[in-house]
Amino acid sequence: MKILVCISHVPDTTSKISFTDNHTKFDSNGVQFIIGPYDDYALARAIEIKEATGGTVTVLNVGEADTEPTIRKALAIGADDAIRVNAFPSDSYFVAQQIASIAKEEKYDMILMGRESIDFNGGMVHGMVGEMLGIPSVSPVMKLEVEGGKAKMAREIEGGKEYLEVSLPLVAGCQEPIAEWKIPNMRGIMSARTKPLKVVEPASNDTRTKLSQYQMPAAKGAVKMVSADNVAELVSLLKNEAKVL
Amino acid sequence: METKEKTMPKGGEFLIKETAAANIFIPEEWTEEQKMIAQTCRDFLEAEVFPRLDEIDSMKNPELMPSLLDKAGELGLLGTSVPEQYGGFGMNFNTSMLVAEVLGAGHSFAVAISAHTGIGTLPILYYGNEAQKAKYLPKLATGEWKAAYCLTEPDSGSDANSGKTKAVLSADGKHYVINGQKMWITNGGFADIYIVFAKIDNDKNLSAFIVEKSFGGVTMNEEEKKMGIKGSSTRQIFLNDCKVPVENLLSERENGFKIAVNILNIGRIKLAAAAIGACKKVTSTAVNYSNERKQFGTSISNFGAIKLKIAEMATRTYASESAAYRAGQNIDDAYDALIAGGMDEAQAKLKAVEQFAIECAILKVHGSEVLDYVVDEGVQIYGGMGFSAEGPMDRAYRDARINRIFEGTNEINRLLTIDMILKRAMKGELDLIGPAMAVAKELMEIPDFGASEDEGLFAAEKKVLKNLKKAGLMISGAAVQKFMQKLSDEQEILTNLADMLIEGYVAESVMLRTEKLVALKGEEACKVQIDMTRLYFNHAVQVVAKAGREAIASFAEGDEQRMMLMGLKRFTKVDPLNVKEVRRSIAEHLIAKNEYPF
Repeated sequence: MKILVCISHVPDTTSKISFTDNHTKFDSNGVQFIIGPYDDYALARAIEIKEATGGTVTVLNVGEADTEPTIRKALAIGADDAIRVNAFPSDSYFVAQQIASIAKEEKYDMILMGRESIDFNGGMVHGMVGEMLGIPSVSPVMKLEVEGGKAKMAREIEGGKEYLEVSLPLVAGCQEPIAEWKIPNMRGIMSARTKPLKVVEPASNDTRTKLSQYQMPAAKGAVKMVSADNVAELVSLLKNEAKVL
Repeated sequence: METKEKTMPKGGEFLIKETAAANIFIPEEWTEEQKMIAQTCRDFLEAEVFPRLDEIDSMKNPELMPSLLDKAGELGLLGTSVPEQYGGFGMNFNTSMLVAEVLGAGHSFAVAISAHTGIGTLPILYYGNEAQKAKYLPKLATGEWKAAYCLTEPDSGSDANSGKTKAVLSADGKHYVINGQKMWITNGGFADIYIVFAKIDNDKNLSAFIVEKSFGGVTMNEEEKKMGIKGSSTRQIFLNDCKVPVENLLSERENGFKIAVNILNIGRIKLAAAAIGACKKVTSTAVNYSNERKQFGTSISNFGAIKLKIAEMATRTYASESAAYRAGQNIDDAYDALIAGGMDEAQAKLKAVEQFAIECAILKVHGSEVLDYVVDEGVQIYGGMGFSAEGPMDRAYRDARINRIFEGTNEINRLLTIDMILKRAMKGELDLIGPAMAVAKELMEIPDFGASEDEGLFAAEKKVLKNLKKAGLMISGAAVQKFMQKLSDEQEILTNLADMLIEGYVAESVMLRTEKLVALKGEEACKVQIDMTRLYFNHAVQVVAKAGREAIASFAEGDEQRMMLMGLKRFTKVDPLNVKEVRRSIAEHLIAKNEYPF
């Protein structure tokens, strides 16, 4: 089994988000970056499958040199080797092209990634990669077992679950509880520095979007307490002030 | 390998020599790999320990703590100091300090893991023979066997060499039969291996033994009920005709006290690291609460009275950290030099730590007292919720307290710092007499009111530092002359001198760290660190002035007293610092980051 896990390099969930350059640039100063949490589930499952059935796990990241600590962490968790596409991941289409271009050469049995990244939350890359390679893509996958060249998956759908059997190769966008996050152990950390990390230039610089500006969500207003006896006031507020009725 | 021109520092030498900022290690220089190790420790606490703090402290499940140690063992966290050939990872000293720091936020678990990896494992690692190391270390490094350290007895605490536990050689010469009682044994309830200190026959000094629980003759009392670290197993252990094979004598007969002292040196500096980890966690928690808690229509973090606390908590933590890793690197450097000189690894590690035993004792005192300061203010920032057993500060406050007691009380450690310095001076290893005479001479001359000879960012601080050291030399020199051999009876004066020494060392370490950081990142990026350095100096000078005044008044009279008081005044003279503004700016940085960010 040859598995590719695509990881994004994203701000830690507790980071304070701010922008510079007239709201056109994310201010990464002092921000700690992590493996995208959904990608981390995909990586954990890939390593479990590798441990059970043998094979290799390669991690791929589209990013500039500052993402290497994040890639090394994936290697410390248990991936065998890594590829960094040396480019800023400007949009989903751009990232998907890089993944597809490498996957065309390498012929992976499975391409796993998170259901979405937690920075821009596009949730589109897995679908695009599937289309570009002409193979099935499924998301969000909560369970993934491989049996006789086929993947049995459970997928979350509105109000329930969908059980699928899909032939390999495939692309999956993963989420919990597909596996539990793995904490890199000391042996993994020490071996990470000697595992191969290949840097390649982007296959294409084509993008489909252009960034104009970032905007912060409006600050939360004060909470207004309404007495439980005063339903009329509540209705009036919802109607006239919040304008939701 | 990068080769740097570096003069090898000696322990205690900071008193009489200046250190170049470029020559110290600062935590901002951790490698990617070290940061990853720290993150693993953090992730482990988040996943396994923090969600179970109540369950751990309840002691209802005796399997819980050993199972957590097993999980830590699976991650390799029990083997950081153990060499690779014995199943560990052979990390350098400062990396093991970093692990101790991060895990130090883990309350009772922190105590269990540090007892196992420190006082439990290290005696075998550093004093064991080849067979002992091969038999025990691999199992200790994975956690298959858990270890405890049995030194203290009901009537033998700080006076460790006075223990009554006896070992007698059996008639066939194959076993030592040990009888005695040990107290406050951390991990006692579940340990498989005990490092037991006992006197063979009527020896004057202790010997150390590796005792397996399975040898038989080991029984214990119920778990002790404690003020804090309630989830840490603490037992009284009874040895009743415990038969220990002769090959389990550790090192040589009567070498036990030396083992105990040297292992405690390591324990002390690691305790400082753990205290720093707890300080960071408590400060972050308190800052976050102060941002969330609203009174008078605004977050309490907007009030100066709260900012004052946040700034002091951060500054003292930063200071303690600066000193701890400076000393940790000194130990690593000394070790490397000894290895290069042909010494074996275990011997080199011990010698390196022994060289910096003064710094280890200083750090133990400083780290544990900063932690108590930090948890106290943490409770205060939480207000009523701080006093509630439902909030996080209750546990932090109770758990911190033991750090001033174990690994040698802070009183013993204060006395030890001065004792060690004087012994080294007596042996000629540390030239205190020359500098002390120079200070005495300076006192007779017209005071120097000129500007500092140094230039640059910390010119004023460098001058202050020189003066603080002079103040220490002046008073200790006069005290030695007055009391000679009997100075050791004057514990109050020694305590004053220790306070002066501790603050001098830590103040210098903070300044060197910030100076190096500024050289790396520029002044603009280090504004908060510069403020913290100045604020710490302000604090250190006050402590030195008070301790110095007390000491002088305690033994000098008449003209001598007047002259020394004038000298002290001169040596502790500083320009006033606008502490209000400095504290505000430090606190506002933490408040914006919503954590301790350094």
